[in-house]
Amino acid sequence: MSEPVIRTEQLTKTYGNRTAVDRLDLSIEAGEVFGLLGPNGAGKTTTILMLLGLTEPTSGHASVAGFDPLRQPLEVKRRVGYMPDQVGFYDNLTGVSNLRYTAKLCGLEDRDADERITKALARVRLTEAGQRPVRTYSRGMRQRLAIAEILMKGASIAILDEPTGGLDPQSTREFLELIRSLKRDGMTIILSSHMLELVQVVCDRVALFNAGKIGLMGRVDDLLRSVLGGSHIIRIEAKGAGLIEALQRVPGVTRVSDEGTSLRLECTDDLRADVARAVVQAGGDLTMIDAGHASLDDVYTRYFEGVAHAS
Amino acid sequence: MRREGSALAGAGTVMMKELADNLASTRMRLLEILIFITGAGAVYATIGQVRDTIGEDPFVFLRIFTSAQDPLPSFVAFLGLLIPIVAISLGFDAINSEFNRKTMSRILAQPIYRDALLFGKFMAGLATLAVTLAALWLFVIGLAIFLLGLPPSTEESLRSLCFLIAAIAYGGVWMALAMLFSVAFRSTATAALASLAVWLFFAFFWTMIVKILVQVISPADPYDVAGLISAVETGLGLGRISPNMLFSEAALAFLNPGERGQSLGILLPQQLQGAISGPLPLAESLALVWPQVTGLLAGFILLFTIAYIMFQRQEVRA
Repeated sequence: MSEPVIRTEQLTKTYGNRTAVDRLDLSIEAGEVFGLLGPNGAGKTTTILMLLGLTEPTSGHASVAGFDPLRQPLEVKRRVGYMPDQVGFYDNLTGVSNLRYTAKLCGLEDRDADERITKALARVRLTEAGQRPVRTYSRGMRQRLAIAEILMKGASIAILDEPTGGLDPQSTREFLELIRSLKRDGMTIILSSHMLELVQVVCDRVALFNAGKIGLMGRVDDLLRSVLGGSHIIRIEAKGAGLIEALQRVPGVTRVSDEGTSLRLECTDDLRADVARAVVQAGGDLTMIDAGHASLDDVYTRYFEGVAHAS
Repeated sequence: MRREGSALAGAGTVMMKELADNLASTRMRLLEILIFITGAGAVYATIGQVRDTIGEDPFVFLRIFTSAQDPLPSFVAFLGLLIPIVAISLGFDAINSEFNRKTMSRILAQPIYRDALLFGKFMAGLATLAVTLAALWLFVIGLAIFLLGLPPSTEESLRSLCFLIAAIAYGGVWMALAMLFSVAFRSTATAALASLAVWLFFAFFWTMIVKILVQVISPADPYDVAGLISAVETGLGLGRISPNMLFSEAALAFLNPGERGQSLGILLPQQLQGAISGPLPLAESLALVWPQVTGLLAGFILLFTIAYIMFQRQEVRA
């Protein structure tokens, strides 16, 4: 296995007596899509800013592409493209002029920069819009312009903070497709989000944050299996007494929860037939049965429920 | 701990971009119109008065800058009021607008240090101010040549050039103050109001406050000459805390070498005994206002340093 492109050791950041990031150990391989997931205020953005050298860690150490963000921030920032959670551009300038300014800050030659800008804008489908002032852009277009900036820079690592925040479903789908195509180019991508379900489809590995700590880290499938004890969810609507107890006795059902109008079952396998039989045998009226997949949301809720109970 | 790479990499790029923004902004257009109209008005009003003294005064050309014609104040007094406004308007939203536009973290994620952003913005502001003032200066001199029908002498040109430099330094102080507030306050409106409040304080209230303070610190006894002198000196010392005072003294020394510009403090009759009458040479005028000019520079460096340290310590996230 090659040397990880991003590694943190006991990375900690405190603001006064509040700990934003607590002894973080992270290691991300080249070409990976890594998700930092968790609710707002869990320490995702602080972690990202420390990786970029924009915030000084209180203690601990980070290394990005073999450089120390604290001592060699320029080397790090040359290799890393960053899209902040609320990305802004100079509204009075056109998309192209905005990118040209960034290119100059990166020290690119004018001709080289223009070539890269044209290519990058075509890639995110902003060729025409590039000539218009950014104030006419929609939110999705601004986000694509931010990706174009990362492409233009020739970054090998992209850090995207809440990239799908505030996007409509159509733009979100397009955006996720764009992220996949960046991955195909071999870019290492870190994305942070509180929309667990959306990110689950693009990430190779995820880390679930809570209160500055990583609660869980690993491949999405593995997390689903280890935390939920299986990745099958069955939802039924049924009437009758003692149903929950009856269902809990079905082999393979690990958990039954009452969600008001329906019951939600977590199973090791697709046990719809067994569940239906159990309902009927218990004398209940089965009106609906539906199989769905477990999602990271379930993992998150379940895991941190456990943590909260334990403490 | 050392950081690697130049702190100023990218400062030139930031400066060029900000300079372009400044020069193209509507705000700057309005201010240019304002100061050109007042400049032209002041010069035009004094020209009649100045014309009468041609042949009597060796520095008739400099009179254009300093003489006042009721109800208008002199050109120098106008500049004393207007330069701070121009400087403040160039600096009050330098840093906080980047936060408000959400461009700060994106720009700082490029391979530059924060230093470059602050230096670039300050240099761009100062360059804009210098260009505007130089244009105004040339305009006034041109107008004077046209209306008086005689060119300035070498010494007059040099003196007015020194005055221009002092005016830019004076503007630099106010711009550094406005930039400091643009770092300290996230809201541009707060930063603008705070800067204008300081300006208002020094332009109008400081002289009144100084009078009260003098009475407290060294109460004047009408029968005690030494006490009177010390009261006046306390007043001058306190007054010189204000950059406006430093600027007007520098302007006086540079532009009025003949009479009042010979001394910036109090002159006792004994001191004048045996004095050679006549205007001060330029080198002497320079020596006279050196403390004022360095005072302005010191104020500017101090304010800029505070802004710099605050900006370095600021969190990037909004």
